[in-house]
Amino acid sequence: MTLLLQAIVNGLEMGFLYALVAVGLTIIWGLMEMINFAHGEFLMLGMFGAWWASVAFGLDPLLSIVPVGLAMYALGVLVYRQLMRRVQRGDPFTQIFATVGLLFLLQNSAVAVFTSDYRYLSDTLLTRLSGANVNLLGITIGVPLLIGALLALVLFLALYLLIDRTEFGLALRATAEDREAAMLVGIRPQKMFAVAWGLGAALVAVAGAILANFFAVFPQVGFPFTVLAYAIVALGGFGSILGTLLAALLVGVVQSVTTVYLPPAFKDAFVFASYIVIGLCRPQGLFGRF
Amino acid sequence: MGAEPAPPVSRDGALLDMRDVEVAYGAGVLALQGVSLHVRPGEIVALIGANGAGKTTLLKTIAGLVAPRSGEIRFAGRPIGDLEAPDRVRLGVALVPEGRRLFSRLTVAENLTLGTFTNAEAAHRREMLDRVYTLFPVLRERARQRAGTLSGGEGQMLAIARALMSRPRFLMLDEPSLGIMPRLVDAILEALARLHRAEGLAMFLVEQNVPAALELATRGYVLQTGRVVLEGTSRDLLGSELVRKAYLGM
Repeated sequence: MTLLLQAIVNGLEMGFLYALVAVGLTIIWGLMEMINFAHGEFLMLGMFGAWWASVAFGLDPLLSIVPVGLAMYALGVLVYRQLMRRVQRGDPFTQIFATVGLLFLLQNSAVAVFTSDYRYLSDTLLTRLSGANVNLLGITIGVPLLIGALLALVLFLALYLLIDRTEFGLALRATAEDREAAMLVGIRPQKMFAVAWGLGAALVAVAGAILANFFAVFPQVGFPFTVLAYAIVALGGFGSILGTLLAALLVGVVQSVTTVYLPPAFKDAFVFASYIVIGLCRPQGLFGRF
Repeated sequence: MGAEPAPPVSRDGALLDMRDVEVAYGAGVLALQGVSLHVRPGEIVALIGANGAGKTTLLKTIAGLVAPRSGEIRFAGRPIGDLEAPDRVRLGVALVPEGRRLFSRLTVAENLTLGTFTNAEAAHRREMLDRVYTLFPVLRERARQRAGTLSGGEGQMLAIARALMSRPRFLMLDEPSLGIMPRLVDAILEALARLHRAEGLAMFLVEQNVPAALELATRGYVLQTGRVVLEGTSRDLLGSELVRKAYLGM
């Protein structure tokens, strides 16, 4: 029983980080209905950004999320303006090919610059705390992951408020629903799409910078996160931000619980099995609308 | 083409002035062929025509959603052909589009808020909100409801109100009575008439209900397969054989 509770708590911690990984895709894919297969590569760039800032300037990843986020916001806007805007009106397949092309471009650029070696961050605030635990009713909660999870949750909620409570978020949702009608009230859809890509890239890169405390950094690290993010966005109900959070927590818990009882190789199998089951019962996702 | 002919006297001071506008769809299919028309400040002008005549295309061209192949569009004396739709909204051009095109997942109040996107100043917003709620009181009752849950007539009121929130100088309406129960059609047309009396807002009205449109408007144009085939005062049009036979069924 304690083992199960422990696994659930561990899963929830990872779930908060997954939520931050996925929420950028919620905006780009779920809300704005564009495809991005290079989502995980933005995460990879965020990890490398944090690693490089740490090695070159001794900047802790918890601080480098600021420059990493800003730089990746700019990259997201650039990707929209220079690449995605041109394929936006075409067949969805052109978006798939464009972003798969971007995936290889970013991944191979990272190989060219950093090589394919695995790199680890050490001597960061969170890695130094690696032994620290909080005990609660017999469950051990690792402090580093807890801090990472709380930081992810704060950023996630900030984004939620931006989309749900501000006039900018209103304009974004209006653009997502009807571009022409948005133009008729004076909204510039291309600006909205550019900001959506900027936010999407920045958020997943910041998640990457936090994850760099816990995972190896290497050029191919991104794609599994892309697949996971697509599953989370679909599970949560396309475009539903709180749905993304709950789906991410569910994925974290499923992964963590399966690992306790089954060989680790099964953990993603169960994530996608639960995705299929929920997809069959509730095709619109947990919090989706049709 | 030679020298431009001098503009007719009646065009002087026109708020909207379109000349020889051509719009092509796809492989050279002309949706509008050499359309010239104008609307003066404070005037209500009706646009009449059968389905597929190009009425919606014409309004979208003025709003900036469709790019003409040739011709000139001036608003308040200024060429606006190169401006994008959001910039035309800022100049005072508003379109209530065909099919209403509400943001159905947002509330009524949120739709109206977005109507003032071009001028988000709080005092302006409050003032405009007050005006549209006075014009359509039912919208105040529905403020927190999702726009997608409104009836056809209430939805049309919201579409008009959203367009009015930008404080336009020129309001275009594309089939405001389509799919709405007759009692509400009267209410909407009556509201437009009141709005015109109170503020002298210039309007360009596309309407299937030709008698009602010509009653509201002082002038009108008849569009057939992308061309203006007849123009004149409402009285002239109502008396013309073309309008009587084709649109009034007499």
